[in-house]
Amino acid sequence: MARMKFLCDAERCIECNGCVTACKNENEVPWGVNRRRVVTMNDGLPGEKSLSVACMHCSDAPCMAVCPVDCFYKTSEGVVLHDKDLCIGCGYCFYACPFGAPQFPQDGAFGLRGKMDKCTFCAGGPEPDFSQAEFKKYGRNRLAEGKLPACAEQCSTKALLGGDADVVADIYRQRVLTRGKGSEIWGWGTAYGRPDKPAAKPGAKS
Amino acid sequence: MKKLALIAAAAVLPLLAAGCGEKPTVTVYKQGQYQGKPDKQPWDNDRFKGNKAEWEKAVNARALGQNEYVRIGG
Repeated sequence: MARMKFLCDAERCIECNGCVTACKNENEVPWGVNRRRVVTMNDGLPGEKSLSVACMHCSDAPCMAVCPVDCFYKTSEGVVLHDKDLCIGCGYCFYACPFGAPQFPQDGAFGLRGKMDKCTFCAGGPEPDFSQAEFKKYGRNRLAEGKLPACAEQCSTKALLGGDADVVADIYRQRVLTRGKGSEIWGWGTAYGRPDKPAAKPGAKS
Repeated sequence: MKKLALIAAAAVLPLLAAGCGEKPTVTVYKQGQYQGKPDKQPWDNDRFKGNKAEWEKAVNARALGQNEYVRIGG
């Protein structure tokens, strides 16, 4: 079955933060928790680049490996989820994650840390689908509705792609070959190239 | 008195020697198992009624809709 992944095209992202807003709205994420955020490199300088970052739903997720209470699981679609009833809010997953995806509610009495919250790929959690408990703890379950994450689906420039890794990679490959720029970068062929679709020459439209 | 000291030394000696024992100090890491509640498949609900193929079709249509070269023509 599919391996669900996100891909953000830095050539297209315009730092509008629409994905961040869509995520907040769709899942009613509390204040202080940012499941998704936009990171800008060389901000303010010519040629700045922006990327939308959230949980990358790693194939070999370090958060799963370090969790002392083993509250993480991976669905058959490759989505990394966790059981909030089991989470003790220790923060190990935050230290292990290279993307800073795990979030902890901070706005409570005595600096409450609370249970970890992160991007669920809009796939809910281990509660009955479409139930109030699922929505309250994990947000909306769009995947069970046959939809993709709200952040990717609403992206105006389609910089943020979400879905089956093969489909997303195909879209990105076609995009890079069409614009004739990007495939000259080292490693592109390994990640996105296919023998029947050679890398585009810089500056040439294919 | 000397005999008593010898007996005491003999009794303490095994305890001291026990401190010289060598035990492995490297922890062998074992991958944990998920301890939480089981989750259902996304197609096991009233909407898709367990029809995985229909769910995949719906999700794939959405995924391909992200490709504007296909959606609106290149």
